[in-house]
Amino acid sequence: MTSVGTPVTRVDGPAKVTGAALYSAEITPPGTVHLAIVGSTVAAGRVTAIDAAAARAAEGVLAVLTHDDVPAVASPPHLLPSLLGAAAPGESFFPMQDTVVHYAGQPVVLVVAHTYEQAHHAASLVRVDYEAAPAITTIDQGRERAYDAERLFAGLMPGREERGDVEAGLARADLRVDMSYRMAANHHNALEAPSTVAVWNGGELTLYESTMGVRATQQTVAQLLGLPVSHVRVITHFVGGGFGSKAMVWPHTTLTAMAARIVGRPVKLMLTRPQMFTSTGHREEQEQSIALGATRDGRLTAIRHDKLSITSLFDDWAEPATGVSSQLYACDAYLGVHRLIKGNTMTPTFTRGPGETLGMFTLETAMDELARRVDLDPLELRLRNVATTDPRGNPWSSGGLEECLRLGAERFGWSGRNPAPRAQPDGDWLIGTGMAVAAYPMAFFMPPQRARARIFADGSATVATSTQEFGTGVLTMATQVGADALGVALSDIEFQAGDTDLPNSTAAVGSAGAGMVASAVHEAGTALRRQLVDLAIGDPGSPLHGVDPASVTVTAGRLTSSDRAGATDTYGELLGRNHLSDAEATGTWRPPPLDTPHGLLTFGAQFAEVAVDPQLGLVRVRRLGGAFAPGRVLNPLLARSQLMGGMLWGMSQALLEGNHTDPRTGRWAETNLAEYLVPVNADAPEVTVDFVEVHDDVVGPLGAKGVGEIGQVGVAAAIANAIFHATGRRVRSLPITPETVMEPTPAAAPT
Amino acid sequence: MSTTESRQDIRGPHCVPVTVEINGRGRVVDVEPRVSLLDALREHLGLTGTKKGCDQGTCGACTVWVDGRRVLACLTLAAAAAGHEVTTIEGLADGDELHPMQRAFLENDAFQCGYCTPGQIMSAVKLIEEGNATTDEDISEFMSGNICRCAAYPNIRAAVRQVRDAAGGAA
Amino acid sequence: MRPLTYSRARDVDDALALVAAGPDSAFLAGGTTEVDLLRAGVSRSGHLVDINDLPLTAVEDRPDGGLHIGALARMNDVARAPGVVHRFPAISRALLQGASEQLRNMASLGGNLCQRTRCPYLRDGVSACNKREPGTGCAALDGPNRGHAVLGTSDHCIATHPSDVAVALVAFDAVVHTVGAAGARAIAADDFFLLPGETPEIEHPIGRDELIVGIDVPGTPIARNSVYLKFRDRQSYEFALVSVAAAIEVDAGIVTDVRLALGGVGTKPWRAWRAEAALVGGPATEAAFRRAAAVELADAVGREQNAFKIELAQRAAVRGLNQSLKGIRS
Repeated sequence: MTSVGTPVTRVDGPAKVTGAALYSAEITPPGTVHLAIVGSTVAAGRVTAIDAAAARAAEGVLAVLTHDDVPAVASPPHLLPSLLGAAAPGESFFPMQDTVVHYAGQPVVLVVAHTYEQAHHAASLVRVDYEAAPAITTIDQGRERAYDAERLFAGLMPGREERGDVEAGLARADLRVDMSYRMAANHHNALEAPSTVAVWNGGELTLYESTMGVRATQQTVAQLLGLPVSHVRVITHFVGGGFGSKAMVWPHTTLTAMAARIVGRPVKLMLTRPQMFTSTGHREEQEQSIALGATRDGRLTAIRHDKLSITSLFDDWAEPATGVSSQLYACDAYLGVHRLIKGNTMTPTFTRGPGETLGMFTLETAMDELARRVDLDPLELRLRNVATTDPRGNPWSSGGLEECLRLGAERFGWSGRNPAPRAQPDGDWLIGTGMAVAAYPMAFFMPPQRARARIFADGSATVATSTQEFGTGVLTMATQVGADALGVALSDIEFQAGDTDLPNSTAAVGSAGAGMVASAVHEAGTALRRQLVDLAIGDPGSPLHGVDPASVTVTAGRLTSSDRAGATDTYGELLGRNHLSDAEATGTWRPPPLDTPHGLLTFGAQFAEVAVDPQLGLVRVRRLGGAFAPGRVLNPLLARSQLMGGMLWGMSQALLEGNHTDPRTGRWAETNLAEYLVPVNADAPEVTVDFVEVHDDVVGPLGAKGVGEIGQVGVAAAIANAIFHATGRRVRSLPITPETVMEPTPAAAPT
Repeated sequence: MSTTESRQDIRGPHCVPVTVEINGRGRVVDVEPRVSLLDALREHLGLTGTKKGCDQGTCGACTVWVDGRRVLACLTLAAAAAGHEVTTIEGLADGDELHPMQRAFLENDAFQCGYCTPGQIMSAVKLIEEGNATTDEDISEFMSGNICRCAAYPNIRAAVRQVRDAAGGAA
Repeated sequence: MRPLTYSRARDVDDALALVAAGPDSAFLAGGTTEVDLLRAGVSRSGHLVDINDLPLTAVEDRPDGGLHIGALARMNDVARAPGVVHRFPAISRALLQGASEQLRNMASLGGNLCQRTRCPYLRDGVSACNKREPGTGCAALDGPNRGHAVLGTSDHCIATHPSDVAVALVAFDAVVHTVGAAGARAIAADDFFLLPGETPEIEHPIGRDELIVGIDVPGTPIARNSVYLKFRDRQSYEFALVSVAAAIEVDAGIVTDVRLALGGVGTKPWRAWRAEAALVGGPATEAAFRRAAAVELADAVGREQNAFKIELAQRAAVRGLNQSLKGIRS
């Protein structure tokens, strides 16, 4: 019996529902003291004076550290996405090296005290004087400085993507749709604040870190501190949500290690909620526009897609918005351009569904408009343009888009929809429905992934790799994969993770986590099983001595051979007979080459029903339905949750989430959860998730394509399209707030 | 100031012993009066099941019961909880036997990262006791003080329904 | 949070004595505002007088059809008291649409009336804010101000009053009772909330050492059909973009009595006196409601991001009046 594919409840569930699961700030080594960080109140300029006398005199204070006290970093690493497996600082700038200030909230003073309260109170007593310089933090302020980005995602991808002649394609189109949008910045707001506990033992550092990448943290901190990588160990038991905010390594982690070294005690840092808006990046404010050319029967002749966004002064970072719009639809002429403005912000970073969620919002609302213009059902328009290969002519590693569109439509009850806007009043409300395609690229930039499988003579087993659990269910899925690969019962195997002392696996980002970990674990479990089968075959004492290895199957630790009926051995007995207390094997999974001749997208389809109160501008999502083809579903219970969560993130992106800076000061306007709105239970409708089975041999031995982002892609577009269907109005900004939906004041009423 | 300073019952600003009954057990914790019940639990009593999400009363992760009512530990001073009964997530299970709501959260996959989960469960148990779990609309409204950033909300509602329905006419 | 001393008051006299003894003393009730603002560094209290043991938790029906609400009655207990639910549904609904169940279990009614604005500039500890640092200016005037007030503003402050229940209380002429060294006082709810004017730091006409002991709501028959509607971005656990408490009485199609108050749009809970005056004696029609709402908002001052609230408030007021009217007819 196999465990993979069955809805096993979370192996870490009991620890989570009883409160026993330990998150990083809950580790308190003896003698731990607390760190509070003072952030800059100006967004540009320099520190001219720091008066720390009152803070130093405050009760319990051990140290007040300024740029004069913080050591110089050994070698600032280049910004690279943590998926690449190397050091991965969230920004290439490291603060507190001198007096310069590049963004509001940038750390300028560290205060260490015996207790949390003492540290934070003393931090409030520090007086910092600044010489403020003019800051640019909004697109409007920096528009004239925009430039074409050569490379994106820290140099990983080109900033411009082009094929065919877009101008000619638009010129020969029967009709053309132009849409443009302003999208406010987003902040991740994981519920657990980024936290670090730094413990030095001589020249060796242990970090208990809230991260999506223990290995990235290890390498980044080692490089910044000038330590051998082997002298830095990072442990992460549980992470209270990441959503991209903990995918890179941000300065506070290394600053905590520096403070711990200076005070000679373990130091704990837990950022405050307001600091979470200035410490771990954000999804950048952006503008996107798109031009579609099409024939009268709705076939695309050209797509031009533009994005303009703000990055930091020191990194060319933009979420790539054209990775899907460039390949989803069959269209000979495509141009995607990213433009950047350097501003006084942190370097933006991954935020769930990085880039493509907003890129697809733009494309899919334009497709909705095109459907209206050519008088086609939006679903039919998609089906008419679906690309059967990637733009290079390579087949998809696995497809399923058409099936997702059809299944999703059927489950949602799409057919027979009246396309006319404002056709469905319901009391004060207008009802509308909308749909959009979901698609997300798979990124195989990671190095080979390793895992170790080990079995003991009592039959108990472990599989291990250095990944970390932040809600994706990787602990559960890897346990299932390990059990199947090794051939033991789920209850006999434990998956160990969250520690850089375990075999290497890369930061779990970009929906790649479960797939790559599962692949490595599969390889390790398989290697150990082969080793043990070979041992049995070569063991004169084994009932399976001499059988053909291909004839052997292992279930629940029991070996049988189709060549020798009735003969059984067990892992436990086998090890015992051979005087082995345990056996272990390492497995390595190598991702497909970057130039694999396959298109690499995960597909899905999104459907939404909304109710809009046009007088008051209120939008309520009544239901969401999604159909997805994520390859092999390792655990349908957990995959459904992940997809559902992504869909609700899409709803939130459409209707609630947006942050702005105060252009006068460069500080974020919303810095708490009462102002920066994320959905509450009452906002979340029932969500339907369906799967389309597709088989994929390219993406890994298990064929799993990942479900972390795809659930979110397309939802905001489906909702915006539903709002248009309800009201006949297209809102040109995200989030879609009441003031943008409210019908304008009517001409003066008759008196 | 002289009047206040002369009074015996002015406490602080230095650490003072605070006696609180936590999960049925009398505990004495030495904290400054400015220390929240949340930090007293997490940093001084080793009860880290109660989570700090915002420390501002805007997320519900720190939900505990004080005298049987669900409240936020981040906005409750430990000193003010003295003499009251506090129940945290650690006090919910009966030994190794999970509380039905804990089991329902597990079975309905009503969490992902797990960080809001103790607060959700402490809220959900009370929600049913309060009689506000009759309809899905009520469940979602009266569970809205507990933010789940992973957005497991539909599954949280399913877990609440499961416990409500199992309780049957008893409720 | 700064170091604090703490004491528990045994009775009202004890509370007054304790709070009078220190220049930076403050009462601590539910703590939902005070602890939050202490941690944010906005409240500078150094000594907290915990008044939660005082016997001020009663919620009583009065023979005149009114209510008495003890200052320490918790929001949830008031919201669900049968007398409140039946006599003043708008008060009950306002309470239940405020905050979250956990906060409603903590927050007292007296504390609710004293809660501070959610203006981010008050909280951030840095920006110009005449409430936090009188004389520094108001950063909200020309900054992100979507959540700010359009009614009752001044050049010195446009902070929105955040309370829901206070809106219903001013609609029904509640009276706030206090005691202090100078004795007991009764203050009309509408007078309890001060317009910012040139002194936005002064929010209530009571001294720091004066304790709210209770709130009386006079018998108001039309309140039985009152409604409280709250409109916001998300569906729960959020302050209002606009809210409306409304109750109307109609005889032969003519408005004979009406109560209307607005939340989320004023620097104080906003009794719509002018709209009420415009309505009484006139027809109970949507057009009349609309005209009355326009009269009330005629002097509203919108700014870059909150101007939409002027129209939104009018539409919400019409919605509220319509719903109360529908309640009478059903």
